[in-house]
Amino acid sequence: MSSRMKNIIVPILAVLLGIIVGTIIMLITGYDAGAAFIALWDGAFGDIYYTGETIRQVTPYILAGLAVGFAFKTGLFNIGVEGQLIVGWLAAVWVGVAFELPKVIHLPLAVLAAAAAGALWAFIPGLLKAKFRVHEVIVTIMMNYIALHVANYIIRTVLSEKSDRTADVFPSASLRSPFLEGLTDYSRLHWGIIVALICVFIMWFILEKTSRGYELKAVGFNQHASEYAGMSVKSNIILSMVISGAFAGLAGAMEGLGTFGYASIRGGFTGVGFDGIAVALLGGNTPIGIILAAILFGSLKVGALNMPLEAGVPNELVDIIIALIVFFVAASYMIRIFIDRIGKKGAK
Amino acid sequence: MDYVIEMLGIRKEFPGIVANDNITLQVKKGEIHALLGENGAGKSTLMNVLFGLYQPEQGEIKVKGKSVKITNPNIANDLGIGMVHQHFMLVDPFTVTENIILGSEITKGGKIDIKTAEKKVSEISEKYGLAVDPRAKIQDISVGMQQRVEILKTLYRGAEILIFDEPTAVLTPQEIHELIQIMKTLIKEGKSIILITHKLKEIMEVCDRVTVIRKGVGIGTVNVSETNPNDLASLMVGREVTFKTEKIEASPKQEVLQIKDLRVKDARGLPAINGLDLTIRSGEIVGIAGVDGNGQTELLEAITGLRKSESGSILLNGKEIRNFSPRKVTESGVGHIPQDRHKHGLVLDFPIGENMVLQTYYQKPYSKGGILNYKEIYKKAKGLIDEFDVRTPSEFTPARALSGGNQQKAIIGREVDRNPDLLIAAQPTRGLDVGAIEFIHKRLIEQRDNGKAVLLLSFELDEVMNVSDRIAVIYEGQIVAIVDPKETTEQELGLLMAGSKRKEAGEKADV
Repeated sequence: MSSRMKNIIVPILAVLLGIIVGTIIMLITGYDAGAAFIALWDGAFGDIYYTGETIRQVTPYILAGLAVGFAFKTGLFNIGVEGQLIVGWLAAVWVGVAFELPKVIHLPLAVLAAAAAGALWAFIPGLLKAKFRVHEVIVTIMMNYIALHVANYIIRTVLSEKSDRTADVFPSASLRSPFLEGLTDYSRLHWGIIVALICVFIMWFILEKTSRGYELKAVGFNQHASEYAGMSVKSNIILSMVISGAFAGLAGAMEGLGTFGYASIRGGFTGVGFDGIAVALLGGNTPIGIILAAILFGSLKVGALNMPLEAGVPNELVDIIIALIVFFVAASYMIRIFIDRIGKKGAK
Repeated sequence: MDYVIEMLGIRKEFPGIVANDNITLQVKKGEIHALLGENGAGKSTLMNVLFGLYQPEQGEIKVKGKSVKITNPNIANDLGIGMVHQHFMLVDPFTVTENIILGSEITKGGKIDIKTAEKKVSEISEKYGLAVDPRAKIQDISVGMQQRVEILKTLYRGAEILIFDEPTAVLTPQEIHELIQIMKTLIKEGKSIILITHKLKEIMEVCDRVTVIRKGVGIGTVNVSETNPNDLASLMVGREVTFKTEKIEASPKQEVLQIKDLRVKDARGLPAINGLDLTIRSGEIVGIAGVDGNGQTELLEAITGLRKSESGSILLNGKEIRNFSPRKVTESGVGHIPQDRHKHGLVLDFPIGENMVLQTYYQKPYSKGGILNYKEIYKKAKGLIDEFDVRTPSEFTPARALSGGNQQKAIIGREVDRNPDLLIAAQPTRGLDVGAIEFIHKRLIEQRDNGKAVLLLSFELDEVMNVSDRIAVIYEGQIVAIVDPKETTEQELGLLMAGSKRKEAGEKADV
C-alpha cells in the first residue's frame, strides 16, 4: 500500500472505530445510538447557525494543529501549545483593551502581539533544548502551568480591578464580523478563520518552498546528516519552536479577539492546545490534513452540545464517545502498524 | 552421500519480486559451505527461510535426510541450526555467561544457577578453543571476543549447523585469522558451517564448496579446490570483473592537507588523537590503516569540523581550517563521503534528488532569496543520477528505498561533483558488492588523476593496499608509519596496526 493511501485510510478507520465502539456503549447503556449520531451531525451542520459555530470552533483547532505539526516536522514535540495559546490570548486582549487605534493598525497589532507572546513562550523551551539538551516535553508542560497562573494574575491585578475578567477589547481590535454573524444566523463566527487559513498557507510555504524549510525538515528527519551538511541544528530547533509558538499564540488571539472579546480567569486549561496534538497527529502533520482534522474536532465539539438536547444522551456519555473517537485517532499509530504488518507479510 | 541440510528448489516471492527462485543448497556434514552472492541477491532471504522466519512458496527442506517444516526459529533451534548474526545480539552490561543463557536460564529454587552455567560455558569454550572468559562483561571485551560469545551461544543451545552471516566484516586481520582457526576446530568436532559472504578470499581460504546466487537465482555449486577468485566473481556478478584496480603511477604535486601536532578528545573527553602529523598532496591517495578505535573517526571529524580539536593545526591549501564549522570546511573545498551513510550521508526520508543538494541547497541556482528552485535541484539530481549510474525508479524516490550501493553512489556523485580539493572517503565500499566496489574505486582514482587529494579510510586491508598510493598506519591517535603499498605485506601492516613499530622506524620523517 502506498504511503499516501495509508495516510488517508488510517484516520478514516480511526474515526469509524470510534463510532463503532461509541455505538456499542450507547446500546449497552440503553440509548438510541442512531438518534445520538444524528443529533451530533445536526448539532454541527444541521443548521446554518450550527455551521457557523463549527467553523468558529475549527479556527483555533487549525492553528493549534499547525503549531504542533510544525514543531513535529522538525522532530520536536511541543506539548506547550496550550500555554502558548493562553499567553497569546492574554497579549491580544491586553493590546485590545490598552488603547484605541484605527482598526487597520490596532487589529494587526493585537494579532501580532499574540503571535509574539506565543513565540516567546516557545522560545524558552527551544533555547533550553538547543543549549542544554533539556527535553522540550518537560519544559513545555511546566510552561503551561506558568502561563495559566501568570495570565490569571495579570488579569486580576493589571487588566482589571480584582475582577474575574478584563473589559471587552475595543471594536478596533476585534475580529468580530456582523457580516459573518448575519450570514450564519447570528453565530459567533468571526474573521479568524481567514487568519487560520493564511497560516495554513504559511506553514506549507515555509516547509515546502523555502531553503529554511528544507533545513527544518532535514533537522527533523536526521540531525546527524544535517550537521554533516553544515546546517545549524541548534538554531533550527529554536526557530522551529518559535514559529510553532507563534501559531499557538494566534490560536489564543482567535479566542481573545474573536469568540470572546475578552480574557477571563481560568480554573484550568482550555484544552484546545492539547486537542491540537490530536489534530496534528490525525492530520499527519500536513497542512491540508490539519484542516480536515480540525474540521472533525470542531464539529465533534460543537455537535456534541446537541446530543443531550435532541437525543437525551447524558453529557457524560457524550464526553466518553468523543473521547473514544479521539482515542482511536491517537491510537492511529496502532492501526498503521497493523496495516504495515498485513502489508509486510508479502513485501520484505 | 549424506547431507546435513538440504534446501531443494526453494522459491520465495514478495509482491513484485521473486527473492529466491528455485534455489538448491546442499550442505554436507563436516564441511564449510559458502553462500556467495551480491547484496540483494537473496542470500539473507534463503537463510531466513532456513531459520523459519519466512515460509517458502515452493521447495523442500531436509535436515539429516528428513523432510521438515520450519515455521519459526524455535523449530530451527531444536533441529540444531544456529545463527551467528552480523550485528551481535548481546546485552552490553551483562557478563558473557548471562548473555549466553539469556532465554534458557538454568534455575535452582527460583534463582539462576550461574555457577553451573559458567562451568558449562567454560567447558564448551575450551573444547572449541574459544578462550572466552565466562565472567567478563560484554562491554569490556573486544569485537572479536563478542563474536565468539555469539558462537558460544549457538553451541550452548546444541547447534550442529552454524550459519555465519558476514562474520569478518567487523574484524581485524588478526581476528579474522583466529576466526578461521575456530571454524576449522568446529568442523573437526563434527559441526557443519554455512558461511554467508561476498569476500572471495575467505572462501578460497576456508571453504570446501560454494553455492552462488545471482539475482535470486541459484547459479550452481562448485568445489573450491576446482575454482579461483576470478571465476567466482564472474559467477556472482554475471560478467568479467577486474580485481587489481587499474591505475597509473601517482604524480603528487603541491601539499593540499597538512596536519601538524593535532590533538583531539573523544566523546568521553579522553584523548583520541595525540599529536598526529599527516600530509596529503594533490594527485595522491593516502590510505589510513588501523584497527577500529585508534582515533580514525575523531581524525575525520576534526578535519571536517564535526568535532572540536584541542590544539595543533589543519591547513588546507595553506590556510588554517581547524575548528571551522562544517559548512565553512565544505565551502573551503573539502568533500566527505561519511563512514555511516545512513547516519550522516543521507536524509533517508528525503527524495534522493533533494539529497543531492544537501550541502548546497542554499546556494544559487538551487535557492534564490531563500526560496528553493526545485526545477534546478531536480535537474542537477537527474544529471548526477545518470552520470553516476544511481539505479532508482526516479529522482523523487525516497533515499531510504535505494539499495546500499546506489545510496553510496549518490553520495559519491554529490561529493565529487562539488569538485573538492580534498576528498575524504571513509569506508566508501562497506557492505557493497564487487561491481559497486569496482565503480567506486575507479571514481576515487579518477579524482586523484584530476589532481585532487584523496584521504581514504578503510578497515579492509585489501582496499587500502589496492587503492592507496601511500598508506599511513594509525595507532593510538598517531601516525606510526608511512608505507608504500607496493612494498608492504598484510602481515607487516597487521603488526604495525597492532602497535609494534617497524624496526627501522621511529621514522616519522617521511610524514
